[in-house]
Amino acid sequence: MYAFIQFYNSSVGKKLLVGLTGLLLISYLVIHLFGNLLIFRNDAGRAFDEYAEILPQVVVIRVIEVGLFLIFLFHIITAAYTWLVNKQAAGKQYKVWKKGQTSKLSSRTMLLSGSIVFIFLVIHMQQFWYTSRYEAGEHFSMYEVVRATLSEPVYGIFYLIAMFLLGFHLRHGFQSAFQTFGLRDKKFTPIIELVGAIFWLLIPLAFASMPFYFLLNF
Amino acid sequence: MNFILKIWRQKDRNSKGKFEEYKAIDISPDMSFLEMLDAINRDLAKQDAEVIAFDHDCREGICGSCGLFINGRAHGPQHGVTTCELRMRHFKDGGTIVVEPWRAKAFPVIKDLVVDRRAFERIIQAGGYISVDTGAAPEASSIPISKANAEEAMDAAACIGCGACVAVCKNSSAMLFMSAKISQLALLPQGHPERKIRVHRMVEQMDKDGFGHCSNTYACEMDCPKKISVTHIARMNREFIRAKIF
Amino acid sequence: MVLNSKIPEGPIQQKWDNHRFNMKLVNAANKRKYTIIVVGTGLAGASAAASLAELGYNVISLCYHESPRRAHSIAAQGGINAPKNYKNDGDSIWRLFYDTVKGGDYRAREANVYRLAQVSGNIIDQCVAQGVPFGREYGGLLDNRSFGGAQVSRTFYARGQTGQQLLLGAYSALSRQINTGRVTFYGRREMLDLIVIDGQARGIIARNLETGTLEPYVADAVILATGGYGNVFYLATLAKYSNGTAIWKAHKKGAFFGNPCFTQIHPTCIPLSSDYQSKLTLMSESLRNDGRIWVPKKAGDKRNPKDIPENERDYYLERLYPSFGNLVPRDVASRRAKEMCDKGFGVGTTGLAVYLDFADTIKRNGKAWVEEKYGNLFDMYHEITDENAYETPMRIYPAVHYTMGGLWVDYNLMTTIPGLYVIGEANFSDHGANRLGASALMQGLADGYFIIPYTIGDYLASSKFPLIKTDNPAFIESEKNSQDTFKQLLAIKGKQTVDEIHKRLGKIMYDYCGMARNEAGLKKALQHIPQIREEFYKDVIVPGTADNFNPELEKAYRFVDYVEIAELMVTDALHREESCGGHLREEYQTEDGEAKRDDEKFSYAAAWEYKGNGQKWEMHKEQLTFEYVKPSTRSYK
Repeated sequence: MYAFIQFYNSSVGKKLLVGLTGLLLISYLVIHLFGNLLIFRNDAGRAFDEYAEILPQVVVIRVIEVGLFLIFLFHIITAAYTWLVNKQAAGKQYKVWKKGQTSKLSSRTMLLSGSIVFIFLVIHMQQFWYTSRYEAGEHFSMYEVVRATLSEPVYGIFYLIAMFLLGFHLRHGFQSAFQTFGLRDKKFTPIIELVGAIFWLLIPLAFASMPFYFLLNF
Repeated sequence: MNFILKIWRQKDRNSKGKFEEYKAIDISPDMSFLEMLDAINRDLAKQDAEVIAFDHDCREGICGSCGLFINGRAHGPQHGVTTCELRMRHFKDGGTIVVEPWRAKAFPVIKDLVVDRRAFERIIQAGGYISVDTGAAPEASSIPISKANAEEAMDAAACIGCGACVAVCKNSSAMLFMSAKISQLALLPQGHPERKIRVHRMVEQMDKDGFGHCSNTYACEMDCPKKISVTHIARMNREFIRAKIF
Repeated sequence: MVLNSKIPEGPIQQKWDNHRFNMKLVNAANKRKYTIIVVGTGLAGASAAASLAELGYNVISLCYHESPRRAHSIAAQGGINAPKNYKNDGDSIWRLFYDTVKGGDYRAREANVYRLAQVSGNIIDQCVAQGVPFGREYGGLLDNRSFGGAQVSRTFYARGQTGQQLLLGAYSALSRQINTGRVTFYGRREMLDLIVIDGQARGIIARNLETGTLEPYVADAVILATGGYGNVFYLATLAKYSNGTAIWKAHKKGAFFGNPCFTQIHPTCIPLSSDYQSKLTLMSESLRNDGRIWVPKKAGDKRNPKDIPENERDYYLERLYPSFGNLVPRDVASRRAKEMCDKGFGVGTTGLAVYLDFADTIKRNGKAWVEEKYGNLFDMYHEITDENAYETPMRIYPAVHYTMGGLWVDYNLMTTIPGLYVIGEANFSDHGANRLGASALMQGLADGYFIIPYTIGDYLASSKFPLIKTDNPAFIESEKNSQDTFKQLLAIKGKQTVDEIHKRLGKIMYDYCGMARNEAGLKKALQHIPQIREEFYKDVIVPGTADNFNPELEKAYRFVDYVEIAELMVTDALHREESCGGHLREEYQTEDGEAKRDDEKFSYAAAWEYKGNGQKWEMHKEQLTFEYVKPSTRSYK
């Protein structure tokens, strides 16, 4: 335990844990996306409804849910703690500071993009996860709930923005994790960038296609 | 060329500083940034006013003494040069130039543009060496080292310890500086016996000295006058993982 | 007083071994009872401080930088010599010894040079073990390059930053000892005076540059590793802080000054462009391997170099020295460049430059080849001059680079003050009248790693050290003197800055005591220098106070010493009525302008004794005998 505290307290240790938990979280995105893509099956949402109904009955899924929740908490707390330490260490009172010339906006706004994604997740969980678990009645159709929510312009657009910010967060976060693991070098960087693009570009785009689909009333 | 300069003046460690405005007149485009400051200082001295203090020495980009935050960039707008190598032709005639000291909690201002970088010393003292007493060395060519590794070690060893990486980092992290040394010694077989204790002690010292954590913005690489790559930070992280987990 | 160089008996190959055996040792347990001050943290200072601490001595290390790593050794580019004979080209300790004595134009002490050659191999071993990333071959073994003045490849290098890497090696050893507590390091401290009590060097006074406080340091022995005094010339390749104050103050306390006029002027520097220029930038001598030096045949030819046809160019080094061509030693190349410019053939706006042209090499080997070999130098040239040297020839001019002269030391590196040792460039060294390339790094590290740790023990073991405290009158008086000087300087309130006066001193030194000297000029300099000193004390303005960080005050008290050093340099140059190495007296040259030595009369090292303010120096001779390398005329034709 002492070794872990020591590890956690060191600057490199914390970063490693943030990176590791971040990667675990995004691996969940893949699974989530494949289930959700059932929406686009042209069957008035029957396949999607079935999928939504089975999910809570699988024990493994319940365990993963709890795990995800804990990992998520850890990710946020550690990242916020790091941010606080850095804030104190910085001591930056530059009158002129051209940050944009030396680093990407995404790399400097991780706390902000992460926080907004977090708010989105709270709302998202309340709207879908909570509804399906605790308010599902006799003729409950998950597809209907999704359609109703996302075709509402306020929510639909909010979902689009959230997906943009998720992509923005991962634009930096994905390769940053590999840098922290010490894997970014001349050989691996191109591969990391390529796989990273799946996470920061393709996956958020695929998720965004859903609110888009309902907003345009297909 | 003529310029208006806004320069940070601060009497000593404990005083509050402020910006003062100066005019630099008739500046030749071939002058270095420090020679331009020399010209201002000459005029100040002639009026019996205290000159602007700044660190400098070799004036050829290798000693690492000089380092000013110029118009929002460490060592000014040019990539891969130190302040003393920077020439005035890179600035707009008639423009305003803001000159500030390095800013970081771990680098307190001593006077005007001079900061105290002794925290770097403590990081090196914690383990930035190979423990070999004078006279104990084996014959130089007894350890072959691949040219690629020797070259990469040299890339890392080129660090001049100026502190630009800390100055430009939004977290004031000393990772690039520290990793350059760790990476150099990790690439050479002579450095291997102490690799675990070295990374452990140096990281611990950096944290103790109040530098921030690295958040991989890579700004350090952009303003490093010796173009030290952030891949050395990656290697240092690997050394850390190796030391702590394996 | 008779100078005793204490050269050990025996054949030259065994002198050092015999001496090491005969020297007294300090018991391992007693070493920590001795305190040694090391001033300066360049190659010599850092290596000495670290090595002495490893032995167990209590070491106080000081430098005027915040960090030991910023010493000017860091700027050395080319490399370090060692006769490892890895190239199988017939190198040996003997050959390095021979080349160094000959390169120094027979004005160095044979026994010292032999020892230097002997230990140079150990330096490479030590540095590699420290993690210095020397250049390597594909097979993983160490590479060597060739350098001026030698016909074998014996120069080890770390790109163009050999000095930096060697210094960082010594710095890491020093940092390790600071960490153990055996070295106490004080940064931003400048030595202002040496304290001599009962004839022994027992401490120093240093100024804390941040707070202005004067601090006394007591010790049993003092080592000065404070570098050269080339900044007397104002414009030099030296760092701005490099100064002669420490050795000069020791000189005034009784240490003799050896061969002060021996100055090395490096041929390939970027020429002066404006009045504001604060220093000259050196470019590696290696450029002369592939560049051709020329001037227009017509004096004052202002055409663009590209418009000057081949038959109107004078490749004067190739013309004068057909066999060595552009690769003649530094002193010859520098002197010839000055001669061309003096005759009006100089190029550029100031007329104080010659061309170094790569056009032929680019035509022959391609731009990429040149870029790979010299890219960083071409970039540096471009950044400084805004000219593209791939398209138009570089302009170069010689600049003061190194001082072979320095405090006189015996074989043990001890000065004429017992307990005061001087190492590295600060002593009058092993280079005679001219230093070969890649030998300065070798000497600095040899002194620090492998010589001083032995010789200082002999002194400590055989001397008595009465207890001394910082309230000793010697400390109090010295502190008061320094304070008085500051008060005096701050009170003048004249019209000229220190730099303005220093520039004028520098110009006099360049004109009359630079690359070529003559009796009339030197005499003129001896008139001008006291005038400048007088003017300084009347008309300088130093703003600020003495009790805080005050860069102008620092410059002022350093200048006080420069102007005195200048006078001694000129005095020495005037007395030496011969030409040797970097010291060319125009009256003493052959018909075709080569240096003419006078071994009958001047085969000695001149050691000057300070006799008090306003008094003339007294010269002592250390006769040099050459048993092993017979003096001959250097010829590079």
